[in-house]
Amino acid sequence: MANKPTPRVRVPAKAAAGEMIEIKTLISHEMESGQRKDSKGEVIPRKILNKFTASFNGKPVFAADWHPAISANPYQAFFFKATESGEFTFTWKDDDGSEYVAKNKLTVG
Amino acid sequence: MKPHGSGLSRRTALKAGALAALASVLAGRMAFADANAVAAELKKLYGDEPMAEGKIKLDVPEIAENGMVVPINVEVESPMTEADYVKSVHIYAAGNPLPGVVSYTFTPACGKAAASTRMRLAQTQDVICVAEMSDGKLYTAKANVKVTIGGCGG
Repeated sequence: MANKPTPRVRVPAKAAAGEMIEIKTLISHEMESGQRKDSKGEVIPRKILNKFTASFNGKPVFAADWHPAISANPYQAFFFKATESGEFTFTWKDDDGSEYVAKNKLTVG
Repeated sequence: MKPHGSGLSRRTALKAGALAALASVLAGRMAFADANAVAAELKKLYGDEPMAEGKIKLDVPEIAENGMVVPINVEVESPMTEADYVKSVHIYAAGNPLPGVVSYTFTPACGKAAASTRMRLAQTQDVICVAEMSDGKLYTAKANVKVTIGGCGG
């Protein structure tokens, strides 16, 4: 891929205590499945983001193990029950070992 | 019916030949998983644990025009407290070259065991979802998606 994967995350900046918020994430990545062949008939090696994790103030919240069946530029949405202010850390792990990280603050009150 | 002459009629012979040729062409192009492959994956994870229907709301389009991007939304009924929550949810596509799609890990902090993403589907097939509760109970749900254009280039 030409460009480095860019994560985009949508988290509300503020939430009331006990409120359920939806977190939406998107990252640019081709998610090469390892099933396709190039013009010479050779298999294009697999290169996908295989794991997405979300934590809040260092505590794990949600994780997704992605397989090659996940579409390019993977989208992932999930929920979080706001109880205190803090910071989210979102991490995407690539097959090649690299990690992409995004951080978002949430204020409760 | 009494067959004439050779026992195997010309028509059946031709049919069998054509089918064998078609099968080998398909097999040569791409090997697809099937319901058995999904069952094998589940056996690896949960052995022969019984699975109940229900609790899962699996939301997929009935007809997907483009198999490259098929939205999938799954929600499992649960109070999501420390004592009773959904531990994990696995999604499989029985007609893809590889059956696995995604495995989610939830925690009580999620508040709601729901997640959505987008997947690739190679052909019209069943999407199977299995949820594991914190007490070890398993639930399953299935939905069929008709795919107009496969999402798995050759």
